[in-house]
Amino acid sequence: MAKVTIGKKACAVNPLKMSQPIGGSFAFLGLRGAMPLLHGSQGCTSFGLTLFVRHFKEAVPMQTTAMSEVATVLGGYENVEQAILNIYKKQKPEIIGICSTGVTETKGDDVDGYIKLIREKHPELANYPLVYVSTPDFKDAFQDGWDKTVAKMVEVLVDKPTSTRRDPARVNVLPGCHLTPGDIEELRTIFEDFGLEPSFLPDIGGSLDGHIPDEFTPTTIGGIGLEEIAVMGSASWTIAIGAQMKRAAEAMQARTGVPYRLFERLCGLLPNDEFMSFLSEISGRPVPAKYRRQRGQLADAMLDAHFHIGGRKLAIGAEPDLLFDVASMLHDMGAEISVAITTTQSPVLERMPCDEVLIGDLEDLETRAKERDCALMMTHSHGRQAAARLKIPFYRIGFPMFDRLGAGHLLTVGYRGTRDLVFALANLIIADREDNHQPTPDTWIDPWKDFQQASPEAAVVAPLH
Amino acid sequence: MSSLSATIQNVFNEPGCGKNANKSEAERKKGCTKQLQPGGAAGGCAFDGAKVALQPLTDVAHLVHGPIACEGNSWDNRGAASSGSQIWRTGFTTDINETDVVFGGEKRLYKAIKEIIEKYDPPAVFVYQTCVPAMTGDDINAVCKAASAKFGKPCIPVNSPGFVGPKNLGNKLAGEALLDHVIGTVEPEVTTPYDLNIIGEYNLSGELWQVKPLFDELGIRISACISGDGRYKDVASSHRARAAMMVCSKAMINVARKMEERYGIPFFEGSFYGIQDSSDSLREIARLLVERGAPADLLDRTEAVIAREEAKAWAAIEPFKKRLTGKKVLLITGGVKSWSVVAALQEAGMELVGTSVKKSTKEDKERIKELMGQDAHMIDDMAPREMYKMLKDAKADIMLSGGKSQFVALKAAMPWLDINQERSHAFMGYIGMVKLVAEIDKAIYNPMWEQLRKRAPWETASNNWQAKAIAQANAEAAALAADPVAAEAARRAKKICHCKSVDLGTIEDAIKAHGLTDVAGVREHTNASGGCGACAGRVEDILAGQKAPAELLQAAE
Repeated sequence: MAKVTIGKKACAVNPLKMSQPIGGSFAFLGLRGAMPLLHGSQGCTSFGLTLFVRHFKEAVPMQTTAMSEVATVLGGYENVEQAILNIYKKQKPEIIGICSTGVTETKGDDVDGYIKLIREKHPELANYPLVYVSTPDFKDAFQDGWDKTVAKMVEVLVDKPTSTRRDPARVNVLPGCHLTPGDIEELRTIFEDFGLEPSFLPDIGGSLDGHIPDEFTPTTIGGIGLEEIAVMGSASWTIAIGAQMKRAAEAMQARTGVPYRLFERLCGLLPNDEFMSFLSEISGRPVPAKYRRQRGQLADAMLDAHFHIGGRKLAIGAEPDLLFDVASMLHDMGAEISVAITTTQSPVLERMPCDEVLIGDLEDLETRAKERDCALMMTHSHGRQAAARLKIPFYRIGFPMFDRLGAGHLLTVGYRGTRDLVFALANLIIADREDNHQPTPDTWIDPWKDFQQASPEAAVVAPLH
Repeated sequence: MSSLSATIQNVFNEPGCGKNANKSEAERKKGCTKQLQPGGAAGGCAFDGAKVALQPLTDVAHLVHGPIACEGNSWDNRGAASSGSQIWRTGFTTDINETDVVFGGEKRLYKAIKEIIEKYDPPAVFVYQTCVPAMTGDDINAVCKAASAKFGKPCIPVNSPGFVGPKNLGNKLAGEALLDHVIGTVEPEVTTPYDLNIIGEYNLSGELWQVKPLFDELGIRISACISGDGRYKDVASSHRARAAMMVCSKAMINVARKMEERYGIPFFEGSFYGIQDSSDSLREIARLLVERGAPADLLDRTEAVIAREEAKAWAAIEPFKKRLTGKKVLLITGGVKSWSVVAALQEAGMELVGTSVKKSTKEDKERIKELMGQDAHMIDDMAPREMYKMLKDAKADIMLSGGKSQFVALKAAMPWLDINQERSHAFMGYIGMVKLVAEIDKAIYNPMWEQLRKRAPWETASNNWQAKAIAQANAEAAALAADPVAAEAARRAKKICHCKSVDLGTIEDAIKAHGLTDVAGVREHTNASGGCGACAGRVEDILAGQKAPAELLQAAE
């Protein structure tokens, strides 16, 4: 059980956090034929766009209302109107997803009101899908922007069901923003192997998996279509992944009556046992042989890797749901979560398997990792400088990952995803030992120094398997 | 202390800029900024521009006063290289919250400066203003002044909130911050007759170091590079340099010109992209330094180095000639590198598609800059499908461009090389051009393309995506051809001036209605060529085309 503290520094150094509106835009990128639009100055969009492009190495659609100083002070109605009209005419997206920013929220632009006026003034837009989410930069974080946006999508885009008949094969899946396109694809396969037909909202697996599109479009190249979202009310279940998705799952239940089940974690042995049992129960099918075998593989991977991961002190910086999922899995393998840094509040933080979780930045991660002599750092690419200074192995998780390829295909979910993650981490630790910790004649020259420092409770015993 | 709007006016009124000098009084006031179109804009904001320009100062703490978006979404994203301190890669931000928005963030900013100085002790702290605190009225100048006095350390306000304009304006506002608060505030410990400032060079991928050995050999000392691999103290004492080179981009022309005005440092505009340009620049540097009192033998020594380096470079390019002769390059880039790159590619036997420029006269050089500038504009606005068709039609073997168009090229299985600022290869100086040619060779001859261009076993020639894209484009063209009204509308809708978003029809109408005969007249009535001015040539062509019938009529009479 962890104590959650909030950093007291006036100056964030090496931010871990990214802003809410780009989290919101990210969610819109999981819809087919979508164009995310940030209501702010053009830099608000270009920074976010650059992040996505560098992470996915793909062209990413994203537009701006290009607020000038004068427009910002006088209000941005005309900019929103022009932007919507221009995008509507030029890129012809199926949906425009609008997120506000710090600039326009400071002024207090009433975008919902604007949209109403725009619809009245331009009859061709009367029923055009426009979804607006309020996401000021100076509040909350990336993950919050995502979850607010998905909840709003549910409220605006899902039809109220006309009958109470449900399709037993159909399930709605509301994935958190910590899942990669690769994770989504893995989950899709799992659902389909149980004979279920999943609808992912949003579906970045379809749009940002790096495929070569059938045709060139200036909008998203794949993702869930509006017609599929509209009928989500006829599904038998909603499965939310990550605590952040509770809001959207509840919105779905309130709107359509579809019951939901929240899986806070899908990384690790027991969470996947629970997941498989649930899928078996709702589909009425036994767990396919493939997953029984994969479970064995994961168990074996854990056995092989616990020699290396067990007892290691780890420093992890990530958004709450990813932090909770991965840290818990590693704790279950005997690792010690010495430093845990996150970006925003979440109910899962108190249940983190460590003493303290700090809402802070990468400077906090670095100084604590140094003080506590951590052996491995895990965070997004921006942690590279810190890990290099501390000379400890570095594993990239979360967003952004701009200095390595394949960010979109890294897995943390499922038996197989967990297995690969466990191997990757153990191999990093092995390589580090070979490169930097080979014994020399001087290694034991002062044999007792470690024992003088360590307190008894710091010694962690790997649980028996 | 002038207000931000006064500074912006001042920056727009840049006598050192040829394009600006040609404009009318009213146009000058509007500045050189591209009109931002909501829903159709691309590129960074003024804050981004200011940060890009100053962030390569390596030993300085760069503190961004604003919500998390401005720094959290953008830090450590530049390829500039440092030979020393790494503090410039540390992200510092006040990460203001709702309370700061309501009650003001000045106290937080002051405390943030204090924390940075206590923990990191940099020679200076640069404080960047952003939109939200600019709206709520946080006075960063006052905070910087108070902090400088209290901590005895220069705190430099950089007033360039995002919403005042685009990136290039931010570059200039960054220059103003240096001029107002940094340059000339420290006296150098030593000076030599060989002291040179380099202005507007960011040392991306460490490419300054491709040229620096030549300077070292000649005894030329870079007293300050603004701002690539720069040090605070060097920039602060750069007012004692003998001469300056402004790297061929207008981004920091205000710094070069005002340093000439204030400190009598002559400057020239040059480039180290391309073999000829490198030689020209070295010559010009030697000439300016000798003019300002350096021993005259520098000229001869420089010529000797140039002769040696040129010979080496051409010799190194020679072996590629056989492999590259006749290969077609589609070159799409604006600004500085286009010309220099063209010369090197032509020397390696390659052919340029997409432009009609053949030989290396001065007029051609201007023309190609213009053409490439237009094309770069165009490609920003182009739908990916159109871009694919262009690649296909051009039958090019490789495309060189800026980062944005890469995914279309790559997905079209077209070799591509980044020659804009995001690139990871260094292409400066003599060795740089050879490296560029080698990279092109490597890209074109990669055996992978052959595999990627093959269809998947289940695809036929007509149902793959390439065929679909072309079919779609052809269908659109056919539809236009069948419908003269739509075709005329499409013809008239062709954008001529991308800065001010003026189409052909508007210009033609204005010429007819007002009997216009020159570019100035067209500019007055339509605003076309009132931005970067690169489309003046096209407007002239249109004028010529419109005039022709009237002249014919006269001749017939």
